[in-house]
Amino acid sequence: MTATATTSLVRRSVNVVMLGLTAVCAAVTVAALLFILAYLLYQGGSSLNIAFFTKLPTPVGEAGGGMANALVGSAKLLALAAAIGIPLGFMAGLYIAEFASPMPAFALRYATDLLNGVPSIVIGIFAYTLVVLPMKHFSTLAGGVALAIMMIPVTVRGTEEFLRAVPASLREGSLALGAPKWMTIARVVVPAASRGILTTVLLGLARVAGETAPLLFTALNNRFWSRGWVEPTASLPVMIFTYAIAPYEDWVRQAWAAALVLLALVLAANIGARVLFRRPAATTS
Amino acid sequence: MAVRTPSPIARSGFDRGSSQADASAPRPVKIMAADLSLFYGEKQALHGVTMNIAANQVTALIGPSGCGKSTFLRTLNRMNDIIPKTRITGAVTVDGRDIYTPGLDVVALRRRVGMVFQRSNPFPKSIFDNVAYGIRVNRMASSRGDLNHRVEQSLRRAALWDEAKDRLHESALSLSGGQQQRLCIARALAVEPEVLLMDEPASALDPIATQRIEELIYELKREYTIVIVTHNMQQAARVSDVTAFFWLGKLVEIGPTESLFTNPREKLTDDYVTGRFG
Repeated sequence: MTATATTSLVRRSVNVVMLGLTAVCAAVTVAALLFILAYLLYQGGSSLNIAFFTKLPTPVGEAGGGMANALVGSAKLLALAAAIGIPLGFMAGLYIAEFASPMPAFALRYATDLLNGVPSIVIGIFAYTLVVLPMKHFSTLAGGVALAIMMIPVTVRGTEEFLRAVPASLREGSLALGAPKWMTIARVVVPAASRGILTTVLLGLARVAGETAPLLFTALNNRFWSRGWVEPTASLPVMIFTYAIAPYEDWVRQAWAAALVLLALVLAANIGARVLFRRPAATTS
Repeated sequence: MAVRTPSPIARSGFDRGSSQADASAPRPVKIMAADLSLFYGEKQALHGVTMNIAANQVTALIGPSGCGKSTFLRTLNRMNDIIPKTRITGAVTVDGRDIYTPGLDVVALRRRVGMVFQRSNPFPKSIFDNVAYGIRVNRMASSRGDLNHRVEQSLRRAALWDEAKDRLHESALSLSGGQQQRLCIARALAVEPEVLLMDEPASALDPIATQRIEELIYELKREYTIVIVTHNMQQAARVSDVTAFFWLGKLVEIGPTESLFTNPREKLTDDYVTGRFG
């Protein structure tokens, strides 16, 4: 009788302790995000003004100025990363999911995972060797290539995963109507997977939008507007890096503002992706 | 033990000129399987099935789970091709032509031999686009008007037009389970097949939806040759003219539905249809 009561007590206290522990850990996770948001709002909010979005950076000592060039630079880098990385990654994912036999598919999937694990600084060095050295100067192009390489594995795995998730019954339904395989893929399988693929791609873009290391020696930085694709360019992450470690109070405040803007954009893309491409509820009968 | 029984239809051969109303009357052979065996890798799923399927009749395939009836059905439009490592021996002919002959256009075959699946599988597109899919894929419509006409005809033949005509551009997934299955039938009919293979088309439906499907099958056999796999023996008895009983990958017995159910030649068939096993 007492033995049972003791075990019961032990069991219940272990339950309380473990439950508490997991709850605290969950709270810490959320708190980290909330803390970052609140701190950025507090530090950066006051430095944020219209000039930040419309003006170029000012020389040291001169007050005011903004990061319009960095905003445009980041947008161009991301556009390039998307234009190169998404088609490549999508086609590769399509190949792995629909056409490759098991062994090559396994090898390709493994290689993609490895590429995904390559430190971003190493990808920067690779893009440096590939683009900057032959062209002999830093450029938007080089930065875009570096970010594109980071987009490829994300897109490949997202595409493959969501194509595989398309029920076999849909493929069979199409094949049974006399549709060839390629048409089945183009008209039934890919459209059915498109929501998931677009979500992954958008989340991937939001992820690389904050990458700094691969841009340091590819896109470098630029205090002025970067024309075309072959000049060095400013970007939000590199601007934050440069300004945050500068010894000027004015620059540090601008770095906070830039960090706030970057985080806001990334969060917006994240939330946007999830809302826009959310599966319509209850599709099964 | 199971033996291959020549069907009464096979014996009567190509005797035409029988009345449509008489279900047991001989009709021309549409599909013929000769000593057909199928292997999934090492595992043999069909053992030397020989069977004739008559035109404009409903042939039901019955038998316990895993007896090979669905596998057999899927050999008739080569849907097993898409499962890796399948291999067949023997022959299947449609209108006298071997469909496993090298170089045969599988895509063209599947247009002639349509299929409706166990779980309704409408594409996540509108009702209209579901039916139009096969028409577009096979470039059958000469104009936008022709396409609309074909879609309407298909929906009418599948007895879905009245329920769907005001919501053609809504998602097919908004239809009920029974409506979705009729949509899949409409979609299959839209490409003007000669044969319709149905793999337990009503097993996921409630009794009322099932009854509608069965009525539809009865209507459709005037124009199509129908082969239906069913778990439900009452259903086989209700809708089919000829029934084939499969067991462990072998065709045990085939015959006019009425005599197979009331007076089977094989002990195994008798045991199965009277519910002693399976």
